[in-house]
Amino acid sequence: MNASLSWIKAYVPDLDVSAQEFTDAMTLSGSKVEGFRKMDADLERIVIGQIDKIERHPDADKLIVCQVDVGEEKPVQIVTGAPNVKEGDKVPVVLDGGRVAGTHDGKMTAGGLKIKKGKLRGIESNGMMCSIEELGSGRDMYPEAPEEGIYIFPADAKVGDDAVEALGLRDVAFEFEITSNRVDCYSILGLARETAATFHKSFNPPVVAVKGSGDDVNQYIQVEVKDMDLCPRYCARIVKNIRLAPSPAWMQRRLASVGIRPINNVVDITNYVMEEYGQPMHAYDLDTIAGHKIVVRRAADGEKFVTLDGQERTMDDSVLMICDGEKAVGLAGIMGGENSMITDQVHTMLFEAACFDGTNIRLSSKKIGLRTEASGKFEKGLDPDNALAAINRACQLIEELGAGEVVDGVVDVYKKEKMPVRIPFEPERINALLGTDIGKEQMLSYFKPLELVYDEAAGEIVVPSFRQDLLRPADIAEEVARFYGYDNIPTTLPKGEATTGKLPFYLRVEAVARDIAEFCGFSQGMSYSFESPKVFDKLMLPEDAPERNAIRILNPLGEDFSIMRTTSLNGMLTSLAFNYNHRNKDVRLYELGNIYLPKSLPLTELPDERMQFTLGMYGEGDFFTMKGVVEEFLDKIGMHEKETYDPKSGKPFLHPGRQANIFYGKTLIGYMGEVHPTVLNTYGIGERAYVVVLDMPTVVERATFDRKYEGIAKFPAVTRDLSMTVPKSVLAGQIEEVLTVRGGKILESYELFDVYEGSQIKEGCKSVAYSIRFRAKDRTLKEEEITAVMKKILNGLQSLGAELRQ
Amino acid sequence: MKERLQKIREEAINRIKASQNPEALNDVRVSVLGKKGELTALLKSMKEIAPEDRPAFGQLVNDTRAEIERVMEEAKKNMEQMLLEMRLKSEVIDVTLPAKKNSVGHRHPNTIALEEVERIFIGMGYEVIEGPEVEYDLYNFEKLNIPANHPAKDEQDTFYINKEIVLRTQTSPVQARTMEKGKLPIRMISPGRVFRSDEVDATHSPSFHQIEGLVIDKNITFADLKGTLEAFAKELFGEDTKTKFRPHHFPFTEPSAEVDVSCFKCGGKGCRFCKGSGWIEILGCGMVHPHVLEMCGIDPEEYTGFAFGVGLERIALLKYEIDDMRLLYENDIRFLKQF
Repeated sequence: MNASLSWIKAYVPDLDVSAQEFTDAMTLSGSKVEGFRKMDADLERIVIGQIDKIERHPDADKLIVCQVDVGEEKPVQIVTGAPNVKEGDKVPVVLDGGRVAGTHDGKMTAGGLKIKKGKLRGIESNGMMCSIEELGSGRDMYPEAPEEGIYIFPADAKVGDDAVEALGLRDVAFEFEITSNRVDCYSILGLARETAATFHKSFNPPVVAVKGSGDDVNQYIQVEVKDMDLCPRYCARIVKNIRLAPSPAWMQRRLASVGIRPINNVVDITNYVMEEYGQPMHAYDLDTIAGHKIVVRRAADGEKFVTLDGQERTMDDSVLMICDGEKAVGLAGIMGGENSMITDQVHTMLFEAACFDGTNIRLSSKKIGLRTEASGKFEKGLDPDNALAAINRACQLIEELGAGEVVDGVVDVYKKEKMPVRIPFEPERINALLGTDIGKEQMLSYFKPLELVYDEAAGEIVVPSFRQDLLRPADIAEEVARFYGYDNIPTTLPKGEATTGKLPFYLRVEAVARDIAEFCGFSQGMSYSFESPKVFDKLMLPEDAPERNAIRILNPLGEDFSIMRTTSLNGMLTSLAFNYNHRNKDVRLYELGNIYLPKSLPLTELPDERMQFTLGMYGEGDFFTMKGVVEEFLDKIGMHEKETYDPKSGKPFLHPGRQANIFYGKTLIGYMGEVHPTVLNTYGIGERAYVVVLDMPTVVERATFDRKYEGIAKFPAVTRDLSMTVPKSVLAGQIEEVLTVRGGKILESYELFDVYEGSQIKEGCKSVAYSIRFRAKDRTLKEEEITAVMKKILNGLQSLGAELRQ
Repeated sequence: MKERLQKIREEAINRIKASQNPEALNDVRVSVLGKKGELTALLKSMKEIAPEDRPAFGQLVNDTRAEIERVMEEAKKNMEQMLLEMRLKSEVIDVTLPAKKNSVGHRHPNTIALEEVERIFIGMGYEVIEGPEVEYDLYNFEKLNIPANHPAKDEQDTFYINKEIVLRTQTSPVQARTMEKGKLPIRMISPGRVFRSDEVDATHSPSFHQIEGLVIDKNITFADLKGTLEAFAKELFGEDTKTKFRPHHFPFTEPSAEVDVSCFKCGGKGCRFCKGSGWIEILGCGMVHPHVLEMCGIDPEEYTGFAFGVGLERIALLKYEIDDMRLLYENDIRFLKQF
């Protein structure tokens, strides 16, 4: 919402503040000023001058030499190339040392352009006559300005006066951020009321009176509203003998000060009242209204209508239409029709000021794909009382501007009189909510300028109709807080029962995951929750893969962000690829993020959101580096049992010979592997890359931060080395399984210290060597015990095809 | 005999003094003091002395032995000291050579900021509670006083899965979920991912993070809200930070406020960072709307409360001077390494 200081001051005449003071105070009382622009910021030493004499420049065909009276003793000599000036013209003159905002082609310069005296082709020029563009505006706001050349003031302008003032540019344009609940503040009057309350000044809204010209509006028009829910109020007035003309300068300047282009008196009045009252209005050419009748009804499904921008629109039956005796003439609250629009030939005009259901206008405007200034206002839900006030104000201006003759009377269809809202006024409860100690009288003093009336007998606040946001005591408390000043409310901390601050267990486990990943050199990444359905093909997942059952977003930002991810791998591979493309070496990343698994599709209940701990890397390191991270992590969260790795994990996106499902006990907790070369190629990663994905909910169920001290061994350990050849197909995991099962209680640990395949080893076999440690807690082991256990182990190994090496 | 003893003594001491290494010293010890050494030999020849002189001579030999041992011990000590010094001298290193580091990974700036915020509120007795990212419209909007067709639904550019299910546009639904459980008092924060259909650019992302805060108890006041957030801002941005509460509007709080903190770059004088205003907007807050309390089964006559919502990325971007939001989701290691 834009408003200029001069316009606000029209209703708050005693206001005397700087732009910054206004900004700060209004923001603190709840009307946030986003920014302001001083229109005269770059205009300096500019006066009204009159051209006394024009001579040709002796050395330049296109230049003239002017003697300009600026109200001083001697005229100022100015050389110009402007084509439009003649002797006697009154023009804006920037004197030596002054500044203008831009150049005559409309380009603005930050800080303005300094004007100094100098010589133009040998002739002294001691100033500059200005075009409207050089003054920082344009012909759209000053339609009387010439297409090219110097701005010329009307003949009654006073020589020597401040030209900036005369152009209405000694003003400040404010931009407000109005919150959606304060519909009343989308108007200059609403902002002026807030201004008056903020600065404790009196508020003088316009006194509206329409003289009328006799006649009776009911002779001209009848109104029937068929859907009162969607149109609670419809006001109509008639203006005859329209005389279209430019509106006066004061009105043009005010419109320009909020960025609205002046057109003609009728259009300008409509716009003026829309800004002043926040009430959009529409004007119809009465001669196009068949049967002199207005019917407000819903459109028929599929009904077509040409709006005044010449576009044909198709409606459904939720769209409200303004019709005459025969046909539709407007889209209610959005745009009028081409068939009834005001033209230069208009003679009699129908003014409409209505109140439409905000939600309906918003939805219709969305459906039709047409959002206008008017619909933007209506969709906020306007005050029905404002419609009548606004249409009368518009008619008053018609009379004042001599734009036509207003017919007596208003057709006002308003069946449901709105009852004023009454809210109990309980000062002690307001203080209890705010934590303040504000007196009752002080509170009441805040309400008065806001036009909240205190009904002492009932102990209630009566809310004016324009404050649709005030419904409950809490709303009244906010009014008190705003004008007491949020700044003045004390600062305390909540008292009462102490509570324990804590992180839930699963978040503590996630914190350990981050720590371990980072200790192991992995940095944390984050990727989007939504991705492209093409991801499944990129990961070579088969048509029936469960991952393909993904939740689709109805209104995604695009196909690439249209499904909720069911695997965290794409995010990781995309990040690795980004790094690879930027030639980053040895990249290790991890992510803790959700995947979204629907329980059924289409979705009827919330999906299973599963936190995935995903690690990815390329560069130095391999499969076993990743395995190390997994085991460090599980160990740190109290999962001390041995993990097992099953190479038959069947992940199509991983190298078929270098992948594994990770089991903890019998529970699958995740998978890992080297990324399949084809997938690497698809993502554009030019090196081997490795990934791990752990399903955190499964892991968390098994994690614990409980610890128990088990004592330090008192009796010596015995170590035996075991070197054997086994068929290549035998996995270390299988050998270790034998060691674990057959080693029994006295097996303390084992360590693989050599794996070798090569010339000395029998074809199809590999050599494997373990160092095995035995220890008993309560005694020194005897040689016979060790021998017996070793024998059991060897027997077990033989069944795997192992042969002992000497 | 005495002369022989004298000679052995002198020779031994001279040899000790001339010794260059522990081995030479040992040789002296063996040849003089050892079983077959000179002194032992001398003692063996005591027979040649008159019996009445023997005790005196024996005493003399023992004194000589003691003296030689003492000298030898001293020489040994000196020699060890000298050797140690030589070793230390030879082992001088260039301490300015590069360190051998484990290349430890780096935490995402969002997480660093989140952990800061969590630390502050856990210290004040708040529990961390998370909620679903794919959420019912009911919790994301309706129970927060944003009924069907409310313009706020459009303003928030919601991603829909279907009519009832959305990607949550805010962490506020966790407020409703927590209140509904009925366990009072409540002091909680709820961090998490939220979604809005904004195109990706330097200041927008369709997916970002918020941290919601909620306190419900008897006698909670707006002054408590101010005090809590002031304490939070000071802890997060420094003891000198000032806060400014501006009236604002949110459907689920009343009264509502937006909070600015004094610019921590310029201290409030105005700079490029705070766009000259001296203030930076960081969060929205307010007293929980009585209708919201009612909808969640809490009696607004008995209980009041406050709520606030902070944009995590906003904090991270401000605190670490990150100038482009896209960096947070590209996972470029050159970016992450700086945290």
